Amino acid sequence: MDALIAPLLNGSAQGALLLLAALGLSLTFGQMGVINMAHGEFLMIGAFAAYLVQQVITASNLSIPVALPVAFVVAGLFGLLLEVTIIQWMYRRPLDTLLVTVGVGLILQQAALQIFPSQGVPVEKPGWLDGQLNILGYEWPLRQLFTILLASVCVAALSAWLKYTSFGRRIRATVQNRDLAETSGISTRTIDRLTFFTGSGLAGVAGVAASLIGGTNSQMGAQYIIPAFLVVAAGGIGQLKGTIIAAWAVGVALSYFAYWTTGSLAQVLAFILVIVFLQLRPQGLFTVRTRSLA
Amino acid sequence: MSTISKRLRSLTAMGAIGTTVALVLAGCGARAGDEAAAGGTSAAPSCVDTSGSAVKLGFLNSLTGGMAISEKTVSNVLHMAADEINAGGGILGKKIEYVQEDGATDWPTFAEKTEKLLTQDCVAAIFGGWTSSSRKAVKPVVEKHNGLFFYPVQYEGLESSPNIYYTGATTNQQIIPAMDFLKAQGVKRLFLAGSDYVFPRTANAIIKLYAAKLGIEIVGEEYVPLDKDDWTSQVAKIVAAKPDFIFNTINGSSNVGFVKAYYDAGLKAETTPIISVSIAEEEAPAMGHEVTGQYASWNYFQSLKTPTNPKFIESWKAYPNSSGVTSDPMEAAYISLYLYKALVEAAGSFDVDAVNAAAKKNAITFDAPEGKVTLDGENHHISKPGHIGKINSSNQFDIVWASDKFIEPDPYLEGYDWFPADIRKQLVDAAG
Repeated sequence: MDALIAPLLNGSAQGALLLLAALGLSLTFGQMGVINMAHGEFLMIGAFAAYLVQQVITASNLSIPVALPVAFVVAGLFGLLLEVTIIQWMYRRPLDTLLVTVGVGLILQQAALQIFPSQGVPVEKPGWLDGQLNILGYEWPLRQLFTILLASVCVAALSAWLKYTSFGRRIRATVQNRDLAETSGISTRTIDRLTFFTGSGLAGVAGVAASLIGGTNSQMGAQYIIPAFLVVAAGGIGQLKGTIIAAWAVGVALSYFAYWTTGSLAQVLAFILVIVFLQLRPQGLFTVRTRSLA
Repeated sequence: MSTISKRLRSLTAMGAIGTTVALVLAGCGARAGDEAAAGGTSAAPSCVDTSGSAVKLGFLNSLTGGMAISEKTVSNVLHMAADEINAGGGILGKKIEYVQEDGATDWPTFAEKTEKLLTQDCVAAIFGGWTSSSRKAVKPVVEKHNGLFFYPVQYEGLESSPNIYYTGATTNQQIIPAMDFLKAQGVKRLFLAGSDYVFPRTANAIIKLYAAKLGIEIVGEEYVPLDKDDWTSQVAKIVAAKPDFIFNTINGSSNVGFVKAYYDAGLKAETTPIISVSIAEEEAPAMGHEVTGQYASWNYFQSLKTPTNPKFIESWKAYPNSSGVTSDPMEAAYISLYLYKALVEAAGSFDVDAVNAAAKKNAITFDAPEGKVTLDGENHHISKPGHIGKINSSNQFDIVWASDKFIEPDPYLEGYDWFPADIRKQLVDAAG
């Protein structure tokens, strides 16, 4: 039983982290068509924000809940800065955004290396995440349940925001037809900035979750960026539900492969699966009906 | 859509031009090489000029990219050693003038920069590197130009070169002492966890052979790619295997993920401790309190009580951009520059062949912070004391075990009867 249930639970948590990392991308890449390679570094900014919050609020029971909104705002502001200074001149030129944001990512990495101890900083797990939950004989770490809950809350908040608020409606209108949205009186500039702020902010939240799983250092973003893009592509660009299913599927596949084979082989096998899937279905799980996306 | 495809086309065109240029350049390079070979000289005569009041040395570490996390400190401590030596009058009365190069966590770059340091900057010796991949990139270049390279990090052994000096531990100075310690602890069931590259794979091959001899059962072996932090799935396997000790050959930030996943799964230092070979004073603070009580095998610890250690620690703490703690790899880098000084002074010359001849006398020593180390002139490694430290609550190490004497370097493990010749050959071939 253990051998069946453990990878399922661990994989779901792994998928939840992947989803958190991909959620912001599904906004900036999926909705806006910007290939932001610095997204991983926004994740890193979120993790360092969590560390800085812990320097002020030393009780880790309290500091992580506080760090989540702080990381969202800090990473979001970095995203806004990037949008205002660089990205806004590059809409409809995805290849250029790719090149520029790779550069921005490298600058942010090196800046973190200069500012913080080069080996990285510790982010303490809150005491209420110590311990395990016994599920059918498997001692499931509570921290993993936390990652899943956090991802669920973010997904729910994001989809409600997109669906029920007027900002959300304007974002969807802009995505579906930018020119028509503009002629209807929507300020697409404001919408772009807000979308980029939110997408980057979500990377910051993912960073807090990542800081509880791995190291918090200048290089941490690099390991999430490619899987996150793959998940967004496999889910169908611009499709939230596709991203969710793809992230979960990749996480669970990774975990089962890791359990049956080795950690290295699991990475290869899981991504072969994604690539084969994209060969068979290049548009991803779900497609968005729009004329504005290339 | 049309903009994209236009851009793609122009990118392809640029790529084609780039390839053509590269091919032409490669062609030129090949011709130049042929002429040199036809001239009958295997290595160009050294362009090192030590007639002035200074000697040029090359420092080569990754200051950018993923490995900068670790290598920055090694680079800084080399600067500190150079400053100290200069303050003391230099080497053979000549001040060290260093040329700093960035390997940028890219192995071909290490090879290119080595070539540049040797042929354009004309340095007398090069210091630095961290990963085995960087050393293996530098090796053919220093051998071709008959240069010198000083490598400061513990590694998987099974290598020696007339052009490289190794001041970190080889396996019989770090892995084997760790196994002896485990045996003394009465360990019966051992789990091996490592990053997926040459050092952990080779180390674990050696560990398995020695464990069989010691009567320790290996209950599992897991690897995760070096750039992945998430160890959750593998730790679930460790929990299921119920080992009484874990031998950790993970490197870099992945260690933090491993320790977190270990802690999350409810494993504890009291019942299932970890012994590591890449967590030192620099790395431990990034893991916070979760790493307290775990063990590490090194030759040098900041907590060592030797005559020269207090001064080393004090100088480092006062040095600009210092990390504030001393660790084994940086101590080995510090040794490397002093060892070079001792070699040159014994040879009375900066000439590579003269330096190697001086080494052959097996009389080069240095009062290092880890103790008095002696250079082995044959395999170019140094003798070292084996130590096991236990991490305390301030992320420093309490020494709990020490080898009874300095361990002579044996990179090919020729003095160990449990290490068969065919496996040695296999591992040497596999390591390239």
